Parts: sequence; C-alpha cells; structure tokens
Amino acid sequence: MLTCKQFLQELNDYLDPSTDPATKCHLEQHVNECPNCFIVVDTTKKTLQIYKGLEPQTIPESVKARLWKALEKKMAARKAQA
Amino acid sequence: MTPTTTAAFDESALVEKARAGDAQAFTELVNHYERKIYRLAKHITQNDEDAEDVLQEAFLKAYEHLDGFKGDSKFYTWIVRIAVNEALMKLRKRKGDRTVSLDEPIETGEETVQREIAVWEDNPEQRYSRTEIQQILDEAVEGLKPDFRTVFMLRDIEELSTEETAEALGISIPAVKSRLLRARLALREKLTRQFRRKGEDVFAHL
Ligand SMILES: [Zn+2]
Repeated sequence: MLTCKQFLQELNDYLDPSTDPATKCHLEQHVNECPNCFIVVDTTKKTLQIYKGLEPQTIPESVKARLWKALEKKMAARKAQA
Repeated sequence: MTPTTTAAFDESALVEKARAGDAQAFTELVNHYERKIYRLAKHITQNDEDAEDVLQEAFLKAYEHLDGFKGDSKFYTWIVRIAVNEALMKLRKRKGDRTVSLDEPIETGEETVQREIAVWEDNPEQRYSRTEIQQILDEAVEGLKPDFRTVFMLRDIEELSTEETAEALGISIPAVKSRLLRARLALREKLTRQFRRKGEDVFAHL
C-alpha cells in the first residue's frame, strides 16, 4: 500500500476527473484504508468547492469609472484615426 | 448582486466584432470579465492601487493588440495572460525586484505532511455571512507565497488548464502541478482551522 506521503503527492491526480481509472483505483485503495487521507481528500474537495462557488465581488465604482474613462479615451482615439 | 444572467454570452462572436472595430462589442467583453480580472489582479498583487492599474492596463493592451489576437486560444485566456504579466511586473517592482521569481525551484516533500486533519462542520458556507466567508477565503489565499497563489488562482479560480497556466507563467508543467498541490493543501489546512467541527479539539482555535 502507498504511504500517506506518497498518496498526498498524487492527490491532484486522485481529484482530477480525467485521471485514468486504473490509477484512480490504486489511489482509492489508500483512501479506503486510511482515515486521515480520507479526511484530507474530503476537506480538499470542500476547499475547492467553496472557492469555486464564490462569485467575484463587484469592483468599486471609482475603479470602474476610471477604467471606462481610460477605455473611452482609447476608443475615441482609434475612431479619430480611422 | 450577481450580474444579470448573461443571455448567451458569445465570446467568439463578440471578439470577431470587436476586431472589426465594433467598440460596443469590446465593451461587452470588458463588462463580462472585469470583475474576474480585478480579482485576479488583487490576489496576485495584494494591493488595491496595483490591482486597479493592472485592470486598466490589461484591457487597454487587449484593445490595442486586438489585431494580434489570433483566436487560437480563448479571448479570456488571452486577457488573463496579459493581466498576469502586468500583475507580476507590479509585484516585482514593489518587492524591489528581489524575492519574486516564478522560476525559483521549490522543495517538495516534507511540507505535504498535513498537520491539521479534522472533519469540518457541515456546510460552513451557510454558517457565516457572505462577507465573512469572502474574508476567510481571501486571507487564506493571501497567506500563500506569490508563486503558489498565482498558480492556484489560474488553475482553480480562473480554470485555466495546466498547459495554459504553464504558458501564462512561463514555468514548466511539473512546476504548475507541484505548486498547485502545495497551494491546495495549504489552503485546505488554513480553512480547516476555521471550519473544523468544534468540540473535538479544545485547542483548535489557539
Ligand atoms: Zn494516508
């Protein structure tokens, strides 16, 4: 059986849906027999879930206003060129 | 709060129009991606002023170089790459050109040993307000070294592929993989300190 350290080195492969079934199965064995790594897998999945579930916050209005001002200037310059 | 569900946002059609000189189409692209680019810039530079500059420079450059955009990658990947370059330049400047090199070899091994192993409370995201969760997650990312948080942002938040991330950062594919692993494990550990089920370890919050 893999050691915990070996398993953790392969954790990303274990979480990656595109990993081939044989590799996955091999890794799965460790998870089934090791409560600690089971928890690490579970909480890593939750970590990713919670990050991915978060929508980016809105940009402060002043920042947005300056961005648009800069863009409009550039767009107007291009129009003048054409 | 969330933007109006983008009724069939067709990136390639908009890019096509923008390249033909349609300013409105470019405006829509900016509207669609500005928040993500700003978040990315903020997480990499960890500085509001720099993030604002990066946001502006990224979209201005994109607009200027639209002709050079070949369309063999997604527009989004392209703009992310521009923004990352700008952000890393800012970061290097601010750090006085010394610490930040994304090419630094990093040791792997010992640090994958996990110290915080505990089950989490159920649905922690429902027990905290949105703002609190946002703060917890942001602080965790900001605690990572720049090369780790950058890889994490690109791979897990912006959902670039390993190859795209390697290309954007100018590092090897194995480097992307090992940094992503380290970043994920470090974040998992940080969040475990926040979200572990209470009562199992009275010292959990020291
Ligand atoms: Zn184990």
